[in-house]
Amino acid sequence: MSGSHTHALYRHGHSPLHGVAPQVKIVGAFGVVIAVVLTPRTAFWAFAVYGVVALGLVALAHIPPAYVARRAVVLAPFLLVALLFPLVGSGERIDVLGVSLSVDGLRDLWNVAAKAGLGFTIAVVLASTTEITDLLRGLEALHMPRIVTAIIGFAVRYIDIVAADFTRMRIALASRGYHARSVRAWAMYARTIGTMFMRTYERGERVYLAMLSRVYTGTMPALTGVPVSGTQWAAAVALVGSAMAVMAVSRTIA
Amino acid sequence: MSTPVIDIQGLGFRYPDGTTALVDVDMHIHRGERVALLGPNGAGKTTLILHMNGIHLPQSGTVTVSGLPVAPDSLLDIRRRVGIVFQDPDDQLFMPTVREDVAFGPANLGLEGRDLDERVDRALAMVEVADLADRPPNHLSFGQKRRVAIAGVMAMRPEILILDEPTSNLDPASRVDLTEILNELAVTQMIVTHDLLYALETCDRSIILEAGRIVADGPTWDILGDEELLAAHRLGLPGGLKVENLKRR
Repeated sequence: MSGSHTHALYRHGHSPLHGVAPQVKIVGAFGVVIAVVLTPRTAFWAFAVYGVVALGLVALAHIPPAYVARRAVVLAPFLLVALLFPLVGSGERIDVLGVSLSVDGLRDLWNVAAKAGLGFTIAVVLASTTEITDLLRGLEALHMPRIVTAIIGFAVRYIDIVAADFTRMRIALASRGYHARSVRAWAMYARTIGTMFMRTYERGERVYLAMLSRVYTGTMPALTGVPVSGTQWAAAVALVGSAMAVMAVSRTIA
Repeated sequence: MSTPVIDIQGLGFRYPDGTTALVDVDMHIHRGERVALLGPNGAGKTTLILHMNGIHLPQSGTVTVSGLPVAPDSLLDIRRRVGIVFQDPDDQLFMPTVREDVAFGPANLGLEGRDLDERVDRALAMVEVADLADRPPNHLSFGQKRRVAIAGVMAMRPEILILDEPTSNLDPASRVDLTEILNELAVTQMIVTHDLLYALETCDRSIILEAGRIVADGPTWDILGDEELLAAHRLGLPGGLKVENLKRR
């Protein structure tokens, strides 16, 4: 079961986007998402433009649309909450199939759905085309403090091992006849999680000893960077610039 | 005689909870030797090796590495000289890729650029994992992880390589591979193990530690042939194997 969790989001491939340096993709994704978020909710045409761009990126990354749709399950909780907006919203109301809905609430629902959907799609493109360790290299190239990238790096490195530990403990419980039947089972899981904390803490101590033994003095060495071309930066700047322009126009005419 | 790589005299250590871990330990290891440190669980083997690179500092007695006493102001130099490969390779491989992990030690020693790359490539070649350089550690088999962990320590060019239970969790094939690799490494070695057959295969000299004391120190062949000694210290070859029935290396 090892090796699955941390890389579950990455899709191996050779699309044009796979070859782009991670720092460029991070800047591009972040820039477009900011433009989307700052766009007024009623500028429907702007969202149509963003939608075309997002789908274009999905195609460019060679990601099957069905794959994006499957991953979209993570949006469900947000959309479920947003579905309440038209019911509880105030102000002008309209009747849809006999249900009285707030117009303002409907706009809020649209706002959440459109922005979350676009942000999600762009995140999927980024995660599907970039290995997680390359994301760290990208963040480091963008001058994220090394201590932060090191912490993320350790989390990425050890999450599989911690998950495997947890699975082994669950199997050990089940092997001795333990059945989680009711809410009372939660107490058992709480103890298991407590044990996990202790084990993880002890592992942290051992990892630190191993680091000291290799003359660690408090600074993590830099990660190897990924080469980046001017063309890649130019493409990212053009993409973010266009999105920002669309956003600026939508704000002035709104 | 030359300065020993490891010279321990009168070493004593007690854990903060009062448990006595080491009592009056004397030990010398000379350049080019391969020594097995044997003993049952809880004998103090790991505590002893953690004194050799200054993770623990002596509470009484002295530990000297190639003439340099282990003390707070010499720790970095000591740790460069004494390389420890820990029991669980997952504790030791924490960087995103094999190459970066092996580079961790030498980079801490100040190497960079071409020198660093060359050091890393050599260490990977020594343990025959050059082809794994760009893989993340969590995608390796257990045997591969252990070899990469050895490379990470060898990349620091230590004067002595200490391996803590190197055969644990290895399947027979990986175990054979590991033996061959260790036999090829031109470095003084100490192998901490309770795998007596492995000690016989790899080390000419063995030291038995029990309850924090050294109770035997001599040629592995003689020590493992002394059934009374082994029985007295809760050691023994598996399945009633006798040393005289085994082929000498």
